[in-house]
Amino acid sequence: MSETITHNQMEHIHTEHVHRDDFGAKIGMWLFLFTELLLFGGLFLLYMAYRLQYSHEFHIGARELNIGIGTFNTIILLTSSMTMALSIAAMQRSRKGLSLFLLASTIALAFGFLVNKFFEWSAKFGHGLYPGSETLLGKPRGEYLFYGMYYAMTGLHAIHVIIGMIILTFMFVFIVRNSITSTNYIKLENSGLYWHLVDLIWIFLFPLFYLMR
Amino acid sequence: MSENTGTMPYISFLHAESKHKGIFKWILSTDHKRIGIMYMMGMLGFLLVGITFGFLMKLEMLTPGKTLMDAQTYNALFTLHGVIMIFLFIIPGLSAVFGNFMLPIQIGARDVAFPRLNLLSWWLYVIGGILAISSLFLQGGPIDTGWTFYVPYSLRTGTNVSLPLFAAFILGFSSILTGINFVTTVHRLRAPGMDFFKMPLFVWAVYSTAWIQVIATPVIGITIILVIVERIFSLGIFDPALGGDPLLFQHLFWIYSHPAVYIMILPAMGAVSEIIPTFAKRTIFGYKAIAYSSLAIAFIGYFVWAHHMFTSGISDTSRFIFSLLTFLVAIPSGVKVFNWVATLYKGSITPGVPLLFVMMFIFLFSIGGLTGLVLGSLATDVHLTDTYFVVAHFHYVMFGGTVMIFFASLHYWLPKMFGRMYNEKVARWSVGLIFVGFNMLYFTMFILGYEGQPRRYWDYLPQFQTLHVISTVGSWILISGILLMIGNLHRGMKRGPLAGNNPWGGKTLEWTIPSPPPVHNFDEIPVITHGPYNYGDEEVK
Repeated sequence: MSETITHNQMEHIHTEHVHRDDFGAKIGMWLFLFTELLLFGGLFLLYMAYRLQYSHEFHIGARELNIGIGTFNTIILLTSSMTMALSIAAMQRSRKGLSLFLLASTIALAFGFLVNKFFEWSAKFGHGLYPGSETLLGKPRGEYLFYGMYYAMTGLHAIHVIIGMIILTFMFVFIVRNSITSTNYIKLENSGLYWHLVDLIWIFLFPLFYLMR
Repeated sequence: MSENTGTMPYISFLHAESKHKGIFKWILSTDHKRIGIMYMMGMLGFLLVGITFGFLMKLEMLTPGKTLMDAQTYNALFTLHGVIMIFLFIIPGLSAVFGNFMLPIQIGARDVAFPRLNLLSWWLYVIGGILAISSLFLQGGPIDTGWTFYVPYSLRTGTNVSLPLFAAFILGFSSILTGINFVTTVHRLRAPGMDFFKMPLFVWAVYSTAWIQVIATPVIGITIILVIVERIFSLGIFDPALGGDPLLFQHLFWIYSHPAVYIMILPAMGAVSEIIPTFAKRTIFGYKAIAYSSLAIAFIGYFVWAHHMFTSGISDTSRFIFSLLTFLVAIPSGVKVFNWVATLYKGSITPGVPLLFVMMFIFLFSIGGLTGLVLGSLATDVHLTDTYFVVAHFHYVMFGGTVMIFFASLHYWLPKMFGRMYNEKVARWSVGLIFVGFNMLYFTMFILGYEGQPRRYWDYLPQFQTLHVISTVGSWILISGILLMIGNLHRGMKRGPLAGNNPWGGKTLEWTIPSPPPVHNFDEIPVITHGPYNYGDEEVK
C-alpha cells in the first residue's frame, strides 16, 4: 500500500464530495417535515381529547385570548411565507440583492411575530394566567388545561419560529458568501419548506385557540 | 474460496487516512462503514452495562428478602436496565450497525444519501448515552419509574427523571435522522438495474424499519418533552390532580413504543433472510412474500398499541379491536417463519455459527410469539399481565429474537467488516452456553409468572425460590456464553485468520468486494441484472 495509492484515494474523496442530489435532499426534507407534523400531532391529539372532555371550559378560556394580536400575528406569518417564497424565486432569477432583501424581511417578520407573542404572554402572566399560578389553580380544571395546552402548543411553535430564524440567518450568510447560487439553491428551498411548515402549524393553532370561542 | 486472489492492492476503510488525526479519523468520519463500526462499539459497551444490571438483579432474586441491595436500588436497576437495553442497545440495533455498514453496499452505493447527517446521528446517540449514564450520578438518585416512565409517578418521584427522559428524546432524534437517511438512500442510490424487487431482503427490512422510525418516533418525542415540561411548569396535561388524564400519556407512549418493537425486530428478520439462503445454498423461498410481510408488519404494528393497556381501564370495544389487530400481526410474522423454513427444506445446509444462531432464533422467537398470543387474548392477559410471564415473553422475542440475530450478524459479517475470521470451535461453545443459559433464565419466568410472581418486585414468597435459583444460575451461564462470544469475536477481529472476500459463498453485493471493503466500496458501480439470491442459476449451469 504505497503513498501514491493514498494520494489517489484522497483525490477520489475530493471528487466524491461534488456529488449532488437535489431531489434526494428534498425527499429528506419532506420526510423531516412529516416528523415535525407528527410531533405537533401528539399535541393536537391531546387538544382534541381535552376539548371533548372540557368543551365548556375551553370555550370560556378561549374568550380570554386577544383575537386582535392573534389575527395580526397570522397576517405577519402569512406575509413572511410570501417573502420567503419570493426570495427563492428571486434567487432562481439570479437577483441576489433582491433575494437577500426578501430573506431579511422574512427574518424581520418572524422577529415581529415573537415580539407580539412576548407582549401577549406577558399580559397573560400579568393577569396571573400561567401554569401553577394561584389564579389558575382557583379556576375549573378544564380552564387550567386550556392554558396548559395553550402554552405548550404556542410555546413549541415559538421555539420553531426561533429555530426557523436561525436557519434563515444561516441561509442569508450562505447567499452573501455565494454558496447558494441561482443554480444551486436547494438549501434555500428546503429552508423555505421548513418556514412554510412553521406558518402552516400556526394556521391551525390560530382557529383552535383564538377563533373557536 | 478463502484466499484473496487477484485483488488489486487497495486502501481498506479501516486504514484510510483523512485530514484528521488519531481518534478523530473515526469520530469525525462520514464513512458509513466507520459509523457502523462506531455504533457497534458503543452498543456493545452499553450491552455490557445492561447485562451487568441484569446480572445484579438476578443475584438479588436468589433469595427472598434482601440478598444484596435495598428495594430502591432494585427499582433503579430495573429501570436503567430497561432504558439502556431499549434506547441505547436494541432500538439502534441491527439497523444502526449493519444497516449503516451493509445497506449502501448491498444496493451498490458508495455511501448513504446524507453522510454528514449520518455522523450527526451517531453523535446524538453518543450524547444521549452520556446523558443517560450521567443521570445515575446526579443528586436525587437514579430514575426509578420503570422504562415506561408512566405518569403520574414520573411526575411525583424525587429521582432524576428529566435527564434520562431528555436523553431518550435525543436518542429519538438520532433514530429519526437515521430513518430519513435510509429511506432517501434506498430511493435515490440504488445501483443501475437494482429495482425494488432485486434488493436483498435485509435492505427491505431496514427500509421498512426506517419508515417506522420516521413515523412513530416523533410521537414519543413530544410525549417525553411534555413530561419534562410538566415536571418543571405543571402544565397539568398529564397530571390528574390538575385535570389531566394519565391514560393519554399511556396512549401516546405506546403509539411509539409498540411500533418500536418492530424497529427492533424487523432488521433482525432481514438478517435472517440473508443468512438462511447463504447457509442453505438455496434461493430464498417466497422473496416477495417476505418483502411485503416486512411492510405489513410495519403497517399493522402501528395499530396495536393499546394491547399494552388492557388492564389500564380502556373501553371493552377498544380492547376487542386491539386484541384482534394484535392477532393480525402473527400473520406476516408467520409468513416469514414458514418461508425461512421452506428455504431450508432440501437445501445444502452448512451448519455455520450464524445459522446456528438463526436456528436458535427460530426456536426462541416461536416460543416468544406464541406466548405473545396468550398475552394478546383479553381473558388470559388479565391473569398474566404485570407478572414474570410478560418479562419472559418480552425477553424471548427481544433477546431471543433480535439480540440472537445481532449475535448471528456479528459472526456472519465480521469477516466482511474486518477481513478476519473468528474461531469456529469456541463460537460453537458460546452458542451452546447461550442457548442453555437463556432457557434456564427465562423459561422459568414463564412458570413463575403463571404461578403469580409479579414483575418488578424486589421480594417474593418462599415457594418461588427453586425456580428463582434456576433462573439466576441460568443468568450466569448465559453471561459466560456472551463473554466467551465477545472475547472470541474480538480475538478473531484482531488476530483471526484472513477470511477472504467471500467465506460463506454469499450472493449479495457485499461479497463481491474485498474484505475489509475499500473506502468507496466499488471501483465501478455494478449493474444489476438478477435477484439477490440466484443460487438456482448456478445449479442449472
